[in-house]
Amino acid sequence: MENVIFNQLNYPILTYTVFLPVLGALLLLFMSNATLIRWTTLAVTAATFVISLPLLTAFNKSTYKMQFVERHEWIPSWGINYFIGIDGISILFIFLTTLLSMLCVLVSWKAIETKAKEFHIAILTMEAGMLGVFVALDFFLFYIFWEAMLIPMFLLIGVWGGPQRVYAAIKFFLYTLVGSVLMLVGIVVLYFTGGNTLDILTLSAMQYPVKLQYWLFMAFLAAFAVKVPMFPVHTWLPDAHTEAPTAGSVILAGVLIKMGAYGFLRFSIPMFPDATKFFMQPMLILSVIAIIYGALVCLAQKDLKRLIAYSSVSHMGFVTLGIFALNSQGMEGGILQMLNHGIITGALFLMVGIIYERTHTRVIADYGGFATLVPWFAGLFIILTFASIGLPGTNGFIGEFLILFGAFKAQKLYGALAATGVILGAGYMLWLYQRVFWEKANPDWTSASHAVRDLNLREVITLLPLFILIFWIGCYPETFLSYMHSSVEHLLENINKPAAAGPEDLIAQRILEIF
Amino acid sequence: MLKYTLIPLLPLLSFIINILFGRNFIKDKAHWLAVPAVFGSFVLAVSAFMDVQSGNVININIYNWIVSGNFNVTIGFLIDQLTAIMLIVVTSISTLIFIYSIGYMHGDSGYYRFFSYLSLFVFSMLILVMSNNFLLLYFGWEAVGLCSYFLIGFWFHKKSAADAGKKAFIVNRFGDFGFGLGVILVFLTFGSLEYLQVFGKANSVIGQTINIFGYNLDLITVICLLLFCGAIGKSAQMPLHVWLPDAMEGPTPVSALIHAATMVTAGVFMVARCNPLFSLSHTAMNTVAVVGGITAIFAATIGLVQNDIKRVIAYSTVSQLGYMFLALGVGAYSAGIFHLYTHAYFKALLFLGSGSVIHALHDEQNMQKMGGLKKHMPITYWVFILATLSITGIPGFAGFFSKDEILYRAYLGGEVGKGLWMLATVAALLTAFYSWRLIFLTFHGKFRGPHEQEHHLHESPKVITVPLMLLAVGAVAAGWVGIPPLLMEHGDKIGEFLAPVLGHPHGEGSHSEEMMVMGMSVLVALAGWYIAYKMYVRNPELPQKVGAKFKPVYNLLYNKYYIDELYNRIFVQPTLKFSDKVILGFFDKSIIEGVVNGVPNLIGVFSSKFRKIQTGLLSNYGLVMAAGALAIIGYMLFLR
Repeated sequence: MENVIFNQLNYPILTYTVFLPVLGALLLLFMSNATLIRWTTLAVTAATFVISLPLLTAFNKSTYKMQFVERHEWIPSWGINYFIGIDGISILFIFLTTLLSMLCVLVSWKAIETKAKEFHIAILTMEAGMLGVFVALDFFLFYIFWEAMLIPMFLLIGVWGGPQRVYAAIKFFLYTLVGSVLMLVGIVVLYFTGGNTLDILTLSAMQYPVKLQYWLFMAFLAAFAVKVPMFPVHTWLPDAHTEAPTAGSVILAGVLIKMGAYGFLRFSIPMFPDATKFFMQPMLILSVIAIIYGALVCLAQKDLKRLIAYSSVSHMGFVTLGIFALNSQGMEGGILQMLNHGIITGALFLMVGIIYERTHTRVIADYGGFATLVPWFAGLFIILTFASIGLPGTNGFIGEFLILFGAFKAQKLYGALAATGVILGAGYMLWLYQRVFWEKANPDWTSASHAVRDLNLREVITLLPLFILIFWIGCYPETFLSYMHSSVEHLLENINKPAAAGPEDLIAQRILEIF
Repeated sequence: MLKYTLIPLLPLLSFIINILFGRNFIKDKAHWLAVPAVFGSFVLAVSAFMDVQSGNVININIYNWIVSGNFNVTIGFLIDQLTAIMLIVVTSISTLIFIYSIGYMHGDSGYYRFFSYLSLFVFSMLILVMSNNFLLLYFGWEAVGLCSYFLIGFWFHKKSAADAGKKAFIVNRFGDFGFGLGVILVFLTFGSLEYLQVFGKANSVIGQTINIFGYNLDLITVICLLLFCGAIGKSAQMPLHVWLPDAMEGPTPVSALIHAATMVTAGVFMVARCNPLFSLSHTAMNTVAVVGGITAIFAATIGLVQNDIKRVIAYSTVSQLGYMFLALGVGAYSAGIFHLYTHAYFKALLFLGSGSVIHALHDEQNMQKMGGLKKHMPITYWVFILATLSITGIPGFAGFFSKDEILYRAYLGGEVGKGLWMLATVAALLTAFYSWRLIFLTFHGKFRGPHEQEHHLHESPKVITVPLMLLAVGAVAAGWVGIPPLLMEHGDKIGEFLAPVLGHPHGEGSHSEEMMVMGMSVLVALAGWYIAYKMYVRNPELPQKVGAKFKPVYNLLYNKYYIDELYNRIFVQPTLKFSDKVILGFFDKSIIEGVVNGVPNLIGVFSSKFRKIQTGLLSNYGLVMAAGALAIIGYMLFLR
């Protein structure tokens, strides 16, 4: 195994990170006191976060190879291994997942009163599932994690969600399941063509016939496009985000929908480079549509949470646009924007959750004048607004700029069209801000009995890390970009290799297709 | 290096401390930090100016900002002659306006917020002018837009203010859309975003083309026009000028600082900064000149009939910015910057003077309800007179020198230039008229406001009048650094100072031509005064008669050519309707959701049909099997 670096630390750091939440969930089974459960969950997620930090410091940025690798035989007769590791593409998502999970526990402190135990177990198992997806280097393991994280999310929406929760949960489940099943077919095909192995790295290093690549690309696309979500398979997202409890929305927006884009980077692009080039145009077009379409829908939204949910469609359109620009700026911008979106939209959902706890309404028209009522809240929200719009100095700018740069470099027209999303973004976010925070206050909220309280210390602590990241990435993105340089470079080299089948073969294949 | 870095950092520090601690601790002492900070920047700026004057051009990179693949951009500063002048303009006027604001904003519940935003603005503006590359320029560019948004919407409980702030930001985004693409194209063309590297390579891309929608266009022209889009937005030129008059919803010091003296001139600064690129494209230059010339006269016509004192000055600003672009477009970059510099003083003075009036009248802005304030507010009156003499171009005052230079350069600027010179001269007539109209309506005649208010009329306190008087010095004397050689040898000090960056304008006319242009401009200035005097002092009933006689014209001008209504009708409303009805209502809910929820339904329908096949009768199954077998055999035998 020359293409991996075995764990450079003297303890299995990735295993610890992934399974500590599972251990915590098991621990919760034996508890009944809600306060104790909350503190335990917080401690477990905080510990997971802390344990994962050495990954950032010990990471070797100069190589694209998988690092911190652990590999043990698991089911030898099927060639299945317990094989995990991270590279420059996945490392930041480990960080994001452990961070957001911790914040989710904090924000749910008061909001979740029914079935607190089950809720926290769901959060912890989901954290483990998400981390597992990002570290898995064996398809079997990957698929287990991939499906495993669906269940707690399904429960989070269906049990602790809003009034339409059951509809939203089932819709979410069916959508992702249909996609996943097609991916499973793809994995099985890979298993047999790749010589009975499920080793992701081995399978990535192989070359597949172009026609097979097309089919497999589409099979994986089914799973990933739903997750991202790309236009036109995005309609599960507004329902799921809106109905989910705050923690669910944060995890959905922050991490779960990144899985799709991560899948493109980890599987579709390295394994099917010719298909990737072939599908580049349609992917770019779908991305541009998502950007503009999502933004336009936001202009028409009357529900606070739904608006932010739809803005994710637009922002994730930027991510896929960057990735499929297939150049280093676009791809690094895309990866960074995934992180950014997790931070910004995660924080937006946290804040909407916080204000919802006070007002119990999501209808934008019920708000107004909140800048006077909750000035600190309003002050933080405007930062998020501008980060979301992509104002220089915030992280949103770095991501969006690199993506637009990459897209413009690849295809001028798409770059230019996508840039209109920047205008529309300013439109819907500032209009939202005006309607919620400016103008006259709704008299309902000014009366003493309903007085809306400003942020408390717990809430400030919950939000603070995300705001620090917003400015950190905005002013010195190199801290984060430097992790991905080598991996992205390697990925692009791989795509730009000559096609697997020469032109003659291709023609032969085409002829075969016709007859 | 620290010295130069501190220039923007001091106001940033003031912002951070005031915004974090202002609400609970600093409160009405916010200026204690803000004023010294901005004054500190001013002192350092003067020192930087002297460094530049002694021949040092400072170009420092602080750190790598964004690195990705072959893309690389730094946080770095370039302080050359152009930046040095901008630094002086920005910091000196900011200092005066900060002091003025102590008096003007006194007692406002958002006092700390005001000084926070103002400090952030100064920081952003300084970054904008000090940047040594396009992306950091873009940073400053967007950040001043952000501050403008905050400050226009400062009194956010008013819907009009909230709307105006949002409008300013979004309209600017339209310009920035082009600007951003321009920046990207600059990198793709030159492989760098650093000014000196880009400009150094400018000549190497002459004649290259770029394919856009199947047309081969000149690369440099495309870059320049894209960049100019940003300038049109930020400097409120046609057709994106609509946000600036509405921006008057902000407190008056903001109008003076951001919407007259500094931020709105960023577009002028940017084009001047990129002069090595613009000079290579006739098309781009002519576009700049024509947009400027048309805006100059267009905005002036609207200014003729407005009654809101601040809106008159706002349209005047749009018009004067048009002059600056006209100058840039005919290649007289230093004349454009010279006018930027003099304009900053006299226009800030006009705004702050009007602020003093508005303050005295308890937020009344309608000039029809003013009048006769001369005897109550003598200082305000006299500084107003000085500023007006300056803007109308009376010889000796600052505005005369800069405006005259622009007119003369336009006159020499070929056929396009000559036409624009005529437009600009007419605009100068209009400028004189509306400026004097403002004076006569506000300060002369009888007081037309409520009677009880008249007793309370008083001059503003010293904290307001002292900055006014200092600005008045600038409004009078700022132009003395640019006296045309015709009147004084080596008088054009500023032109020579800027020459290393901006070069010399080409074309020389004869003395008689120069005298003619100068004479014309003085003549129209006097004529404007005379007409205004006739209409508003001698025959105060005349304006109404004229207005009634030319009703359609009056209405057209008074309603600003109905451009806001037009934009609302063709852009805003259709977009909102389209989003709501077509995209969300029809497409998202009916088509996509219809398919998604339809598929399960369809499966349900099909499966109930298919269930009927499963009859359970063995003979049926046998029949189907036989038929199938027959079909396969038939296929094998005959078709293969």
